[in-house]
Amino acid sequence: MAELTAVVGIGQTKYEAKRLDLSMPGLVRDAAEKALVDADCSWADIDAVILGKAPDLFEGVMMPELFLNEALGGAYKPMLRVHTAGSVGGSTAIVAASMVQSGVHDRVLCVAFEKQSESNAIWALTISAPFSLATVAGAGGYFAPLVRGYIRRSGAPEDTGIRVAVKDRENALRNPLAHLRLEDISFDLVANSPMLWDPIRYLETCPSSDGACALVLENESLASKRSNKLAWIHATEMRSEPTMFSGRDQVMPQATLDNAKNLYKKAGITKPREEIDCAEIYVPFSWFEPMWMEGMLITEPNQGWKMTYEGATALDGDFPVNMSGGVLSSNPIGASGLIRFAEAARQVRGIAGEHQVDGARKALGHAYGGGSQYFSTWIVDSAKP
Amino acid sequence: MSDRQMDGDKPSEHDEDVTLLRVPVSLDYDYSAGVSASRFLRGIEQGKLLGQRCPVDGRVYFPSRGSCPQHAVTFGDETVDLSDKGTIVTFSIVRVPSANIPLELPYIAVNVVLDGADTILMHVLDANPEDVHMGMRVQAVWKPREEWTTSTANILYFRAIDEPDADYDQYKEHI
Amino acid sequence: MRDVAVVGFEQSPCVRREQNRNEVEVLVPVLRALREQTGVAGADCDFICSGSSDYLAGQSFAFVSGLDAVGAWPPVSESHVEMDGAWALYEAWVKIQMGQAETALVYGFGKPSMGDLPMTMALQLDPYCVMPLWPDAISMAGLQARHCLDAGVLTEREMAAAAARDRRHAMQNSNAQLRWDRSVDEILAEPYLANPLRKSDCAPISDGASAILLAAGDRAREICERPAWIRGIEHICEPIDLGVRDLGRSRSTQIAAEKAGVGSGKIDVAELSAPFTHQEILVERALGLSLDSSSQTVVNPSGGALAGNPLMAVGLSRIGECASRIFSGEADRGVAHATSGPCLQQNLICVLEGE
Ligand SMILES: [Zn+2]
Repeated sequence: MAELTAVVGIGQTKYEAKRLDLSMPGLVRDAAEKALVDADCSWADIDAVILGKAPDLFEGVMMPELFLNEALGGAYKPMLRVHTAGSVGGSTAIVAASMVQSGVHDRVLCVAFEKQSESNAIWALTISAPFSLATVAGAGGYFAPLVRGYIRRSGAPEDTGIRVAVKDRENALRNPLAHLRLEDISFDLVANSPMLWDPIRYLETCPSSDGACALVLENESLASKRSNKLAWIHATEMRSEPTMFSGRDQVMPQATLDNAKNLYKKAGITKPREEIDCAEIYVPFSWFEPMWMEGMLITEPNQGWKMTYEGATALDGDFPVNMSGGVLSSNPIGASGLIRFAEAARQVRGIAGEHQVDGARKALGHAYGGGSQYFSTWIVDSAKP
Repeated sequence: MSDRQMDGDKPSEHDEDVTLLRVPVSLDYDYSAGVSASRFLRGIEQGKLLGQRCPVDGRVYFPSRGSCPQHAVTFGDETVDLSDKGTIVTFSIVRVPSANIPLELPYIAVNVVLDGADTILMHVLDANPEDVHMGMRVQAVWKPREEWTTSTANILYFRAIDEPDADYDQYKEHI
Repeated sequence: MRDVAVVGFEQSPCVRREQNRNEVEVLVPVLRALREQTGVAGADCDFICSGSSDYLAGQSFAFVSGLDAVGAWPPVSESHVEMDGAWALYEAWVKIQMGQAETALVYGFGKPSMGDLPMTMALQLDPYCVMPLWPDAISMAGLQARHCLDAGVLTEREMAAAAARDRRHAMQNSNAQLRWDRSVDEILAEPYLANPLRKSDCAPISDGASAILLAAGDRAREICERPAWIRGIEHICEPIDLGVRDLGRSRSTQIAAEKAGVGSGKIDVAELSAPFTHQEILVERALGLSLDSSSQTVVNPSGGALAGNPLMAVGLSRIGECASRIFSGEADRGVAHATSGPCLQQNLICVLEGE
């Protein structure tokens, strides 16, 4: 790629079920201002604004970037709105990065948000086309049968999902921004929580959150003048495939495998499990941790659950996953992917606070969406490529 | 457009923050099913399950959306009559209410591959949640004939039939 | 910057209502025709980007089915903007600039006929203070037109002339929806729809889809005999509030046009996406087209958005219409325009040139 690009500013709101204290403009501005402060620059220093969020029906605003223009300091600047289903937060970072990597802009602001409290997400996600019987209740209704497929295929012990949930929720206790922080988290608490979409239990499920996340991205000539630790983008990748066709492997889609392969190739990674220090993966239902450990080629097919079981994905494991508490702990849908990308950047910058992985240099950020069909990922590193 | 009122929550004191504004949004859409889905729906109105064959690999799509998403080719006019029996590929027992789903909780959401089809149909199963399993053989239970319309809801639900379970290898590619 | 060109363009006819076909069924033949035109299958492109709107479809994730029309197998490198396809083209152009693609498929599609479009567009407005009043899109444009008239920026006769010209041009375009030849006086005799706008001042509601193939350098020359090279592409967004903008001009168009280098050569053809006649005049002026009376620029030879307005594809189609005239040698240099948001809030300008 032409221009080296670095993450020089990161801002996040506190994630909560209902941010009644902030309007939508207030929410995105809060994250954006924090990113600008972190980057030590002003609104005037921004060349373009890239906004991502999930379906417009979530907030009832059509193309909300239009009315958020001023709140994002976008007046008389280029503005782009990305929407690639659940992976959108990741895609937004990738599109924003491409604006700098291409040499088109020097410094851009990338923002993603969702204010789920302003609408009903399960309603908006339950696609009820006319002429058909609606049977798929929200994302959980769609993904639960796939989780069952994974369990059948891999022979994973039934409590794998519980263990992931406990681990992520323990991590969330170290993250003051996390939405769900359950002080009394335990194996039994998750195991005894109601079964919502069998085999997915209530505490194995992501919450609905309000929140926004923002990044400031800069080209090499600007970023190199900085003395603090930055997150250099080593590789980005996006892959998509159709929702449904005959013989499609929905549990382990080709798109995730291709995505991983291409990402590592671009980043010069040959042994991902050894070379990557930690990963923030899009895990909206706990079982997707083992599934995406396989999907991201971190481990062999049908072996992902062993990483959870052996504690490899714990904060002190050999491949920490979802140090921030992950999507299971905070889920402003449109922002969730960007938060993963941002957390990866925080880790390599060494500013992840209580959930910092010691000495993290290279990190993976990951998001997926649609019917497990859209994948976006990046590798960031504290050193230039 | 039916509903266009505004119903702001009035603050009791004028210096109090307005934290919530209720603005019901209602838009009506006039939806076209499309050429292919119309053919499928006309079939189901007559109690027929019509699939379509991909001209590239011969696989039978049911329900069909008129073209093959894998090969981006339009299906021809030929249809394939399918049985209303099939195999449960995977399932979930749903205990979460959703405004647009009229079913009582818990209900069993199933991915069924009908005999003769090569894609899954998402529907519901009428069974004891303990009994449902992958590979289970099922058949459609239809609404009374006089209630049939152009909707997959003509099938009330699927129900288990007295046939041995399908072999995992036979349906695993549909998971 | 790398040399990137439009090397293929296809569209579905603009119609008031695609009664029988769903979005995928509208899109499949367009993409097939593009493949036949260019010899490149969409799924084989290094990058794919589309533009569409969930609110037009009335469903979340409506764009997902668009991928079915592409045949995205093996998996593709792909993205989507909730914007007109012209912005999808911008994203694809950036991807090629960064060296990650040599070819890109771009498409946009929409079926606004399914809903009540002017009211749906009200959902673009500030949801707390403006949208609850449900100002429809035509009334919003009417406010702007009234301002332009009262401020002496333009006249109703000029608006009627734009209305007449575009529909007359459209008589040569079989894909256009409004194709007629009426005099300015006939138009001025029409009753007002939303004073000062008459029906003829408004773009139709159209269903449709369009697609463009982009390619870089020599790859472009292989695919197309006379590629339409993108010499500049820029887009700018203004605040949404009408009260903080000068409604009598399109400042964002002007800034984008300057950055894209519109004025650095003669413009043979301009394809504009303005959905109302007064907006078309404002865009023409912002581009500097009407300032010079000796100008040879043909504005909207296709009829522009006023003759066919498939939202989410209409801006992309302007780029395509402009490129087609460069492919054929009819024009050497052209400019295409796309817009989004109320009263020309956001505008994209693309300068195309043949060799
Ligand atoms: Zn096929």
